[in-house]
Amino acid sequence: MSATAVNAHAEDHAHDHGHHHKETFMTKYIFSQDHKMISKQYLITGLIMGAIGIAMSLLFRMQLAWPGESFKVFELLLGDWAPDGVMDPNIYLALVTIHGTIMVFFVLTAGLSGTFSNLLIPLQIGARDMASGFLNMVSYWLFFLSSVIMVISLFLEAGPAAAGWTIYPPLSALPQAQPGSGMGMTLWLVSMAIFIASSLLGSLNYIVTVLNLRTKGMSMTRLPLTIWAFFVTAIIGVVSFPVLLSAALLLIMDRSFGTSFFLSDIFIQGEVLHYQGGSPVLFEHLFWFLGHPEVYIVLLPALGITSEVIATNARKPIFGYRAMVASILAIAFLSTIVWGHHMFVSGMNPFLGSVFTFTTLLIAIPSAVKAFNYITTLWKGNLQMNPAMLFSIGLVSTFITGGLTGIILGDSALDINVHDTYFVVAHFHLVMGISALYGLFAGVYHWFPKMFGKMMNKNLGYAHFWITAVCAYGVFFPMHFVGMAGVPRRYYTNTFFPMFDDLTDVQVVMTVFAIIAGFAQLLFVFNFVRSIFYGPKAPQNPWSSTTLEWTTPVEHIHGNWPGEIPHVHRWAYDYSKTREDGEYVIPGQDFVPQTVPLQENEEELNH
Amino acid sequence: MDLTQGNFQEKNARAKKMMLWFGMISIAMMFAGLTSAYVVSKSRPDWLQDFQIPAAFFYSTAAIVLSSLTFHLAGKAIKKEERQKSNVLLGITLALGLAFVVLQFVGFGEVIDAGYYFTGMESTVTTSFLYAIVFSHVVHVIAGILVLLVVIFKNFKGKYNPSQMLGFELGATFWHFLDFLWVYLIFFFYFFR
Repeated sequence: MSATAVNAHAEDHAHDHGHHHKETFMTKYIFSQDHKMISKQYLITGLIMGAIGIAMSLLFRMQLAWPGESFKVFELLLGDWAPDGVMDPNIYLALVTIHGTIMVFFVLTAGLSGTFSNLLIPLQIGARDMASGFLNMVSYWLFFLSSVIMVISLFLEAGPAAAGWTIYPPLSALPQAQPGSGMGMTLWLVSMAIFIASSLLGSLNYIVTVLNLRTKGMSMTRLPLTIWAFFVTAIIGVVSFPVLLSAALLLIMDRSFGTSFFLSDIFIQGEVLHYQGGSPVLFEHLFWFLGHPEVYIVLLPALGITSEVIATNARKPIFGYRAMVASILAIAFLSTIVWGHHMFVSGMNPFLGSVFTFTTLLIAIPSAVKAFNYITTLWKGNLQMNPAMLFSIGLVSTFITGGLTGIILGDSALDINVHDTYFVVAHFHLVMGISALYGLFAGVYHWFPKMFGKMMNKNLGYAHFWITAVCAYGVFFPMHFVGMAGVPRRYYTNTFFPMFDDLTDVQVVMTVFAIIAGFAQLLFVFNFVRSIFYGPKAPQNPWSSTTLEWTTPVEHIHGNWPGEIPHVHRWAYDYSKTREDGEYVIPGQDFVPQTVPLQENEEELNH
Repeated sequence: MDLTQGNFQEKNARAKKMMLWFGMISIAMMFAGLTSAYVVSKSRPDWLQDFQIPAAFFYSTAAIVLSSLTFHLAGKAIKKEERQKSNVLLGITLALGLAFVVLQFVGFGEVIDAGYYFTGMESTVTTSFLYAIVFSHVVHVIAGILVLLVVIFKNFKGKYNPSQMLGFELGATFWHFLDFLWVYLIFFFYFFR
C-alpha cells in the first residue's frame, strides 16, 4: 500500500511541475494542449464543415428534383456557376464531390473521432491528458489547415475538385477532362495530404494513451466500449491512411510530372495524350484499401458511443461485453480485406470477386452481434428517453436498415444490377452517414455537460431528433426504389432518359424531406450555442453514469482530477446491480461508479 | 505485463516508444502500398525487362547499414559514459547518413545516364516507380537526419546519461527502422525486376 501511495505521489508531483505557469488566452483557447479544449475545437470545426457539407447536399438535391429550373438561391450562392439561377453541370459534380469529401473526412472522421476520442480517452481511462499534448495540438491545427484549404478550393475560378470523392483517374488526373481537375484537384490533394498527417498524429496519440496511461485497476476488459471503439478506430486509421497517401503520391506524379501509373491510351478534345500502359484499376485498389476501412473509421466511434449511451439510459449492464469487443476487433480486421467489393464491375477477375463477396458477407456476423447486443441491452430496461438515448436507438435502427442492403451490394452477382445507382447511395447514407451522424448527436447530447458544464434543452433535442429521424428515412427510404429502377448516381439530370420520367415525383419527395431535415439541424445549432451561454449549470453526474469522466469536477482543470487519479475497481456497466436480498448494491442508487470498491459479499460481474 | 502500473515517467517513456513503433508501422504501410502497386504493375507490357539497379544504390546500402552500426555503438559509448567517443561516432553516423542521401541522387543520375527517365513523356514505368519509392524513402531519411542533428546537439550538451536515454533511444530506433526499410527496398528491387 505504501508503495502505491509513493507512486501516486510521484505521479502527481511529476505532473504538477509542468503546469504551474500562467495560461494566456493563446495557450488556453487557441494553441491549447489540453485534450478537453482540443476536443471542443474539433467539434466546432467539424460542425462548421458539416453545415457546409449539408448545405451543398440541399443545393444538388434541388437540382435533382427540379432539373434545370432556375432558383434565386443558386444565383445567390453559386454566382457565375448558376447563370440565370440554373445550376451549371460542372458545379453540380463539384458539389457532390465536396459534399462527399467533407462529410466523410472532415465531419465524420475528424469531427466525430477527433472530438470524442480527445474528450473521452483521457477522462474515461483515468489519465491527466494525452500521451503527447503537443502532437495532439499539432494534429488539430493540421486538421484546421486542411479544412481551410478545402474551403478555399471552393472559390477557385475553375471550381473545386469534381471527380467524385473517390477521385478516380483519368477524370481526376487530367485538367482537360473537366474544370475541377485543374487547381481544384491540386488543392484537394494538398488538403487531404495534410488531413492524413493530422489523422495519423491523432491516431498515434489515441493508441498509446489507451495502452499506457490507464489508471490502476483499469484493465483492458474494464474499459468502457467507447474507448475500445476509439482505440480500434485509431489502429485502422494508422494502417490504412498511409496507403491513401501512396495512392495520392502516384496520382500527383501522373498529374504533374507526366508519369503513367494510372493512365493509358487517352484521346481528349481530339488530341492523343502520351500516357501509355497505366491502369486506373490500380488506383481503385489503392484507394479502396483505405476507402473501405474508412467506412469503419467513421462508424465504429458512433457504435461505441451508442453502447455507452444505451447502457446508461437503459440502466442495464451492456449485454455481451466481450462479444462487443470481439466484434469490434473482427469488424476492424475484416474491413481491411474487403475493398474489392467496391470494384465488382471494374473488370476484375470474377473469381477474385467471389473471394471479396465471401469476406464481405462475413462482416454481417459481427455487425449482427452488435445489433442484437444493442437490442438485448434495451430489452426490459428502465429506459430513460432523453435525446442522446433517442439518437442511439435511431442509430440501431438505421444501422440495421442500411446494413441489410449491404448484403445485396456485397454479393458480386446481385451488385451488378444496382451498381452505381441510387441504391448504393441510399445504402451507405443510412448505414454510415446517418448512423454516424446519430452517433455524433448522441455523443454531443450525452457529453455536452462534460464539455461545457451546461445542460442542453431536452425539448429542442426531442424536436431535433424526431424531425431528423422522419426526414432521414423520408430521404433515403424512397431512394432505394429509385436505385432499383436503375437511376444512376452522380448524373446532373435524368430527364434525357424517358424511362426515368415517372421517378421525378419521388425525387421531389426526397428533396422536400432533405430540405426539412437540413433546416431541422438549425434547432440543434440554436440549442447548442444557446446552451453554451445560457444553459442551466450541469450537475457533476447528470445521467447517473458509472464511468470515470463523471468523477471529475464540472469546471475544467488542467490534469482533470484535482487530487490523485481515482483507482478503478470494477467494469463500466454496473447498472441496477442487486445483492442477494434484492436491494441495490449501494442502497437507493441503481448504479455503482467504477471507483467504488467491491462491497461486502458482492461478486464482480463476470464480463 | 500490466500497463496500468508504473509512475508517470515510466508510463510516459513507454508511451513515447510505443508511439514511435506505431508511427513506423504506418510508414511501413505506405511503402507496402507503393511496393504492392509496383508488383501489380510488373505485368504491364511496357515494364523494362533489362533494367539494371544503379551501382550507387549498393554503395548507399553499405553506407546506411554502417551508419546504423555507428549509431548503435554511440549509444553503448554513452552508457559507458564515454562522451568523446559517442560524439565522434554520432558524427560518423551523420556523415554516412548524408553520404546515403548523396548516393541515392548519384543513383538517380546513373539511371538517367542509362537513358531511362523518371518523369515526363519519355519516362518508363519501371523507373518512375523506382523514383517514387526511393524518393519517398529519401524524404524519410532527411527527416531522420534532422532527428540525428537533434540527438547530436543534445549529446554535445551532455543531456544524455546512462539513466536518461529516452530521446537517444527514440532517435536510434527510427534510424534503424530507416536502415531496415532501405535494406528491404533494395532486396525488393533486386528480386522483383
